[in-house]
Amino acid sequence: MEIPLIGSLDFLSVQSLISSFFPDWMAYLIAGVLLSFMVINAMVISTALYTWFERRVIGRFHSRLGPNRWGPFGLFQPLADVVKLMTKEDTVPESADRMVFNVAPVILLTSTLLVVSVIPFGDNTFLGRLNVGAIFIIGITSVNTIAILAAGWASRNKYAMLGAMRGVAMLVSYEVPMALGITGVVLMVGSLSLYDIVLLQEIPFWIVQPMGFLVFMAAASAEMSRTPFDQIEAESELGAGYHTEYSGMKFAIFQLAEFMAPVVTAIVATVLFFGGDRGWDPVPGQIWFISKVFLIIFLLLWVRATWPRLRIDQIMAFAWKGLFLMSLINIFAVSLEIILLQDPVTGLLEPNDLWVMSAINWVITIATIACMVKIFGKRKWDRPMPKKSPLANMYAEGD
Amino acid sequence: MSEIRTEPVTINLGPQHPSTHGVFRLRVTFDGEVVVDAEPVLGYLHRGSEKLAEGRTYVQCVTLTDRMDYLASMSNNLAYVSAIEKLAHIEVPERAQYIRVISVELQRIASHLMATGFLLNDLGALATPLMYCFRERERILDLFEMLCGARITLSYMRPGGVFQDAPEDFWPALDTFLRDMPGYIDELEGLITGNEIVLTRTRDVGILTDEMAINSSITGPMLRATGVEWDLRRANPYEIYESLDFDVPIGAIGDTFDRYLVRVQEMRESLRIIKQCVQRIPNGSVRTETPYFIRPPLGDVYSAIESPKGELGFYVVSDGGISPYRWHVRAPSFINLTVLRDMLIGWKMSDLIVIFGSIDIVLGEVDR
Repeated sequence: MEIPLIGSLDFLSVQSLISSFFPDWMAYLIAGVLLSFMVINAMVISTALYTWFERRVIGRFHSRLGPNRWGPFGLFQPLADVVKLMTKEDTVPESADRMVFNVAPVILLTSTLLVVSVIPFGDNTFLGRLNVGAIFIIGITSVNTIAILAAGWASRNKYAMLGAMRGVAMLVSYEVPMALGITGVVLMVGSLSLYDIVLLQEIPFWIVQPMGFLVFMAAASAEMSRTPFDQIEAESELGAGYHTEYSGMKFAIFQLAEFMAPVVTAIVATVLFFGGDRGWDPVPGQIWFISKVFLIIFLLLWVRATWPRLRIDQIMAFAWKGLFLMSLINIFAVSLEIILLQDPVTGLLEPNDLWVMSAINWVITIATIACMVKIFGKRKWDRPMPKKSPLANMYAEGD
Repeated sequence: MSEIRTEPVTINLGPQHPSTHGVFRLRVTFDGEVVVDAEPVLGYLHRGSEKLAEGRTYVQCVTLTDRMDYLASMSNNLAYVSAIEKLAHIEVPERAQYIRVISVELQRIASHLMATGFLLNDLGALATPLMYCFRERERILDLFEMLCGARITLSYMRPGGVFQDAPEDFWPALDTFLRDMPGYIDELEGLITGNEIVLTRTRDVGILTDEMAINSSITGPMLRATGVEWDLRRANPYEIYESLDFDVPIGAIGDTFDRYLVRVQEMRESLRIIKQCVQRIPNGSVRTETPYFIRPPLGDVYSAIESPKGELGFYVVSDGGISPYRWHVRAPSFINLTVLRDMLIGWKMSDLIVIFGSIDIVLGEVDR
């Protein structure tokens, strides 16, 4: 019997392997625990690696070194962080709603972790080839809105409440363009299964529909509240936002979930737009997958280190006037192309058709963005020339 | 549908808050995100400098001035010693005047770099521009270290000159700095000035009209951003500014972006001034001999200079003794804060932070 590699593991195969030794109910239990253990540990370790990566990269952007003391290149820095956070006192404000206060970090972390279970790292996903993977992702990522509101509300802190309120408004708005961005991909593949999406990406979809990719990335970076959309914990305004009152391990869980979000986003983007584990032999698919994920993470960090923050009303305007419109145009263009180009009998798209679509979509994308800049963007240098105020004249002779 | 009942909420911004530039406290009342009222609460960094000065000799007071605007100690030193020179009629050698102008203009660049960096930090730019500003400021602090051994609290000036001449290697280092700095400023402007997000966040935000600025006695870059051409280096020249060729940059409408632009242009003008000074500086002594205890004649004096933040004035009353009878500071940071409430009302929380950051205050000077 062939031992399955990581990436081709799924719940059913593990469960059937175990059920030859144990009764059925126990096999379910063991398989479940085993796989959750794997998912959680894989994500926590990669998040720890990511925090190190982020701090080093941002350090370079800041023209400084970043953590480099503990371990080779400071690689053990995340361990030091964990020890520091675990030894801190875990305080709960006196007037806090204790139950909600304690549950909020768990909800946030769980919703982030669950996304990973449907990602096809290789031939398979942890939950098997779930045929509604895309919908699962959209649904499960909206749960973190509840966690953030719960944390802000239960803390009974004005800053936390303000951050949470902003967060809810923003997250709910940005779910729409994100879902519509994914819709473009789903339309082309004709299936909600992430496995099929990877399978059909002869050409990575970011080339085929650049506008969908841009919309998705913008909406996703808002979903994980990174600059320029970091309203939820606008550091210079709210201190820490919704987790102001948290400390110790609960704070660590919030931080973990927060740092996990970019990793998860990069993973989802890899699957949807970069062809998942597709690559060229002899490099194994998993290596391709990880390198694509880190490439996207680097792009996200680049954006984070470069841009200032937008104001809350500008963010909402950007979602509803900009991204929403762009994603609708994208969906319209993609559906039209599919109707015109697809094989009338099988309903499939050939690689040649994909190249034609990419050409059209790039033109549409550039034209749309140019039009939107023209219509919505204020003209940059449209400023009055400085003129001297008549109220004071410093060259006047004194009395 | 019945209307939802809402009520304004009061938030304490500070004294411990990442964007209050020290220990400034602002009681803000919000209606949702919009500011309806704001009340600054001052005094968390009050150290009684003005009273302390009454127990010190005139030379000892120089160290007190360092600790007021700690981002611009040179300017504070100059403002104070020129007041004493006016009071006690002390002549300053020409070389000392040149060195003073060079160091004060270097300090102006350093201070404006900090103002720009922290403004961008308040905009939420994750410290990247701030770190670049720090990198350039570091060069200036190195130059100061060559001049007087200190980097922040300099105490370089004395009544009658400066306490020592610039060392030999200061001049080549200054030349290198003057060669590099325009490139740094270009780089900074390239990153910030055309940035779409910076423009959306700062343009037309927190407008201060020229009339309001004059009525509230605002000075410095904040006043010049409103279009009022007023610079004490021109309007009431001190030291050698009369003989130097430089422009006074002004803004168009007095919004946050104008205040940023004026600061950047002033950095370029300062470089021009320093270049001229380096070319013309004469040889000679750098300090007039003064008695160990300066005893100015009975009387009082007000003397002001254009510090990076605005008009920094010292009012000193002498009773003929070895220490001042009364020592009062007209601190530009403090007076520029007086319009804060009028500028804030009606703007959102995020704008509050940006407008406050663009005033460029140093709490050491506000509370003294």
